[in-house]
Amino acid sequence: MHPFIETQKEWMKVVPPFRAGDTLRVSVRVREGDKERLQAFEGVCIARRGSGVSASFTVRKISNGVGVERIFPLHSPMIAEINVVRRGRVRRAKLFYLRSLSGKATRIREKKVRVAVPETSVET
Amino acid sequence: MLGLIGRKIGMTQVFNEQGHQVPCTVVEAKPNPVVKVIAGEHTKPGYRAIELGYGSQVTRRANKKGEGNPKGRRANRAEVQHAAKAGVAVVPRALRAFRLDDMPADVELPEYKAGDAIDVSIFAPGDFVKVTGTSKGRGFQGVVKRYGIGGGPNTHGNTKHRKPGSVGAGTDPSRVIKGKKMPGQYGNKRHTQVNLRVEKIDTQRHLLYIRGAVAGPTNGIVLVRKQQG
Repeated sequence: MHPFIETQKEWMKVVPPFRAGDTLRVSVRVREGDKERLQAFEGVCIARRGSGVSASFTVRKISNGVGVERIFPLHSPMIAEINVVRRGRVRRAKLFYLRSLSGKATRIREKKVRVAVPETSVET
Repeated sequence: MLGLIGRKIGMTQVFNEQGHQVPCTVVEAKPNPVVKVIAGEHTKPGYRAIELGYGSQVTRRANKKGEGNPKGRRANRAEVQHAAKAGVAVVPRALRAFRLDDMPADVELPEYKAGDAIDVSIFAPGDFVKVTGTSKGRGFQGVVKRYGIGGGPNTHGNTKHRKPGSVGAGTDPSRVIKGKKMPGQYGNKRHTQVNLRVEKIDTQRHLLYIRGAVAGPTNGIVLVRKQQG
């Protein structure tokens, strides 16, 4: 393996595991003059693509009745935080079909995350 | 112009100060030994250059008895002696001269002598460079691939599919103008890309991250030279 591939790993950030169908809140750094603030972009992740430092993901939301999509580089320094708000149960990796749907049809079922049930001792 | 000999490793992307994604070619330039200092010995007055070496070559064994020589291409005696004269232990695979007399007047250069090594620290992020490589050879190609000429329609009874069309006027000038774009060898030709920005430098791993594309295949030898302005 060439050292330059290792270098790329150094640039990669630790990101929470998520996949298409999950609802994300992405905190983006916005520079206004010399001040910097965070702006949240919340929507459904409809695609993840690429690998290594060049990986990116697409988030779609409906803003004032208009569909808005943003493509973020996964390891961009402009992204302060990625929060997984909700896990969705979907059967494909790219949800581009959501673009042609609206309203109720765009709902995504929530994924039931199995949590280990603690053993309960039956008291007599 | 002062520069380095390196090897193209491939392409990647970096995030710059503004947080933008920038496409970059990675060039590995391990310290290049100065093999020869050329000055004043030519007919051109004021000519000043340094010859740099890159890489290594296998050499003939010193002891002729015993184990055999390594197979394949070996450095010849002239190459070995040339390197030995400069005190360079390994015989470089490639030698290239870089002119120093065309450097801008305000740049102070150290006095290089044979045996010195020049590394990537001669560049700084934000510098503009020229990168010379040998483009990928594509063989004998037609005009559609070589020059991007549109070609003719494929259907409706047309038979001139990938042809260049007319090559000029008739009786006057009754010849084809020189430089007319015709089929021929495409690629495997020296190509210099100018105005490329150095985005990042890794002095530990001897890597240069240069914005944009550079001619040649992965592992191809490239020359990275400084550029004025």
